[in-house]
Amino acid sequence: MHIHRYERWWMMFGIAMLIVFLAIIGVEAIVDNMNPPSGLRAIDPTRVAQTPPFDHPGLRNLSPGRYEAYYIAQVFSFNPSSITLPVGSTVTFYVTSPDVVHGFYIARTDVNMMAVPGWVNSDTHTFTRGGTYLLICHEYCGAGHQNMFAKIEVR
Amino acid sequence: MIAELPSAQVLRENKVVLAHVYTATAAIVIGALFGVLQGFSRASAITLPAWFDYYRMLTMHGVLMALVFTTFFITGLALFVVYRSLPRPRSTTVGWAGWWVMLIGTAMAAVTILSGNATVLYTFYAPLKANPFFYIGATLLVLGTWIVAFEIFENVVWYRRMHHAAVIPLPVFCVTTTFLMWMVATFGVVAEMAFLIPWSLNWTAGINVTMTRLLFWYFGHPLVYFWIMGAYVIWYNIVPVWYRGNVFSDGLTRLTFVMLLLLSTPVGIHHEFTEPGIASTWKMLHTVTTYGVAIPSFLTAFAIFASFEMSAIAAGKRGFLATVRSLPWNDPAFSGAAYGMLLFILGGFGGLINASYSMDTLVHNTIWIVGHFHVTVGGPVALTFLGCAYWLIPRLTGRALWNPALALWQTRLWFIGMLVMSLSMHYAGLLGAPRRTAEVSYVGAAAANIWQPSMLLAAAGGFILFISVLAFALVALGTLISDERTEPMQADLACPADTSEPTPAFLVPIFRWAAFALALALLAYAGPVSDLIHHPSYLAPGMRTW
Ligand code: HEM
Ligand SMILES: [Cu+2]
Ligand SMILES: [Cu+2]
Repeated sequence: MHIHRYERWWMMFGIAMLIVFLAIIGVEAIVDNMNPPSGLRAIDPTRVAQTPPFDHPGLRNLSPGRYEAYYIAQVFSFNPSSITLPVGSTVTFYVTSPDVVHGFYIARTDVNMMAVPGWVNSDTHTFTRGGTYLLICHEYCGAGHQNMFAKIEVR
Repeated sequence: MIAELPSAQVLRENKVVLAHVYTATAAIVIGALFGVLQGFSRASAITLPAWFDYYRMLTMHGVLMALVFTTFFITGLALFVVYRSLPRPRSTTVGWAGWWVMLIGTAMAAVTILSGNATVLYTFYAPLKANPFFYIGATLLVLGTWIVAFEIFENVVWYRRMHHAAVIPLPVFCVTTTFLMWMVATFGVVAEMAFLIPWSLNWTAGINVTMTRLLFWYFGHPLVYFWIMGAYVIWYNIVPVWYRGNVFSDGLTRLTFVMLLLLSTPVGIHHEFTEPGIASTWKMLHTVTTYGVAIPSFLTAFAIFASFEMSAIAAGKRGFLATVRSLPWNDPAFSGAAYGMLLFILGGFGGLINASYSMDTLVHNTIWIVGHFHVTVGGPVALTFLGCAYWLIPRLTGRALWNPALALWQTRLWFIGMLVMSLSMHYAGLLGAPRRTAEVSYVGAAAANIWQPSMLLAAAGGFILFISVLAFALVALGTLISDERTEPMQADLACPADTSEPTPAFLVPIFRWAAFALALALLAYAGPVSDLIHHPSYLAPGMRTW
């Protein structure tokens, strides 16, 4: 099979680009631990409200500037529906669903995960800028899906 | 290839192809009506009535566009290519059987959705539980395509036996690899249905949600490559006919399709980067394979431009502008495909971003993604199919295209509308607007106000698209009822520029490549599936939350 010289260059350029991209992603993942949320803790979806710590959803202060937030995503609201944090806080969000699949997305941040019944998903974020953040369910979950959101005040 | 007048048999074959193509046409016209209303609803310009709510409409739009329009067009195209490239005495029963099964399946699913009993969107994620008719209808739609696939494979086997040759004509090779890929891919959705159907009939109490989602995306990604391969069949084998060009290279075209057959399936987890229950190792693995599947698209980009340039050089024109100007921009068929190719450049860039493992968290499930697939399937694929329909329908009916000027403007409007809608969606997604949401004002929250102007612009783009689709409907119907005859219904497909070069032997055994593709797909999913089986997972009861 004859392959034209230009085509060979084009392919080498394309493949080299892909390798560079993959290398960057790989280094980020391994060195900077930049992995997408992949929670592997299982939870019985029919007993979420009785399972600690989801029996008391909300914000926990671990140490100055360090927080954990436990959320239940259910049709069609988040519990808690609002939290307040100081600027500069680092928060690990935990979320699970007792019913259908929901989304957990804080608009204009990289906190973006699926809340799937049967699993606890989690993601960590540092809020460097103040303001009112919108926490949105970004997976269709039923008739009231567009009303499913919560607020995060960062002051 | 075929120069003589159409025989009774060719006319019979044309009818089957027409049935497939016009079903696709109906799907895209109805789907677009819903699309424009969705755009207005998302911009808070209208509120949809409770008896036809947003999500019911969105389910219909997704099913009609992603599953019905594309599938019927590709089965029609495939039958057309096989019938015309491998002339032989044959019955059209199998082609019709495929169409009927697909149609009945579509009708079952559509009635269930329209009656509000399957508002689960076209991804039907459990534990949302639709009426069983929906799942059974969708399964029949897939099984119908298997009948068409069987017809294709049977003809290939026949050709090889009759001609004592293993090398099949290039267009048939492209179509066959496309459907072999489709067989590998649909295995996943049929397996998912084996869980969903008994569960929706209340024969089983619970369902493993993560498993169904994994199986869905095992199918869902190659589904998009099925559309792309359908468009590539046209770009390689038919578009050159419109500028009197040739296929750039026989061997490289076959290589492209074999690579697509191999790499389309073991990549689906890139849709599940933010999913719990799937370890990051598997997500990383699928990132690598996803980048691999970009390579055949690089080959395609080169081949298309090279073919343009060769035909320009043959006409004595040299240089970039001269090449561009030498192309038949006033032919609606070419215009459709070419604007589609232009949109695909945008789609390619977006795809590389979405596939980027960690970067995907910036855009996952935002309206950016909807912008992305409207400049891949909604632009390149749909516009290529519409353009191809302008060439195909006259050749199937023997009637001249009604109002080619309107057809030309249809393709231009679609290009503009898709650019406006899709770029606005990309931008709104970066601002944080979610997808699959009836309206995105969040009771006037300040964070939501910033994306409202983009939603209005997206709605305007949707309106331009809707005008375009009306023009398409007029031309498609006008051609059916006009009685202006065309020339004999010849439909030659493009030939390779260099016919002296033999096809490389390693590209010949396609059924063996398909077995390899299936093995690769199973291997890519063995890890996550075995994790799921060995992990204590809970079965979820079904729910109807709409
Ligand atoms: C005629 C012009 C079209 C318009 C105005 C339009 C508009 C839209 C809008 C506004 C949405 C999304 C909304 C949301 O996420 O809330 C959407 C979703 C979608 N569109 Fe289109 N669209 C058009 C054509 C197409 C075409 C040609 C295809 C494919 C062949 C297509 C496939 C899809 C799919 C698969 C979805 C996702 C459905 C889901 O998220 O469940 N659309 N469209
Ligand atoms: Cu929701
Ligand atoms: Cu994909």
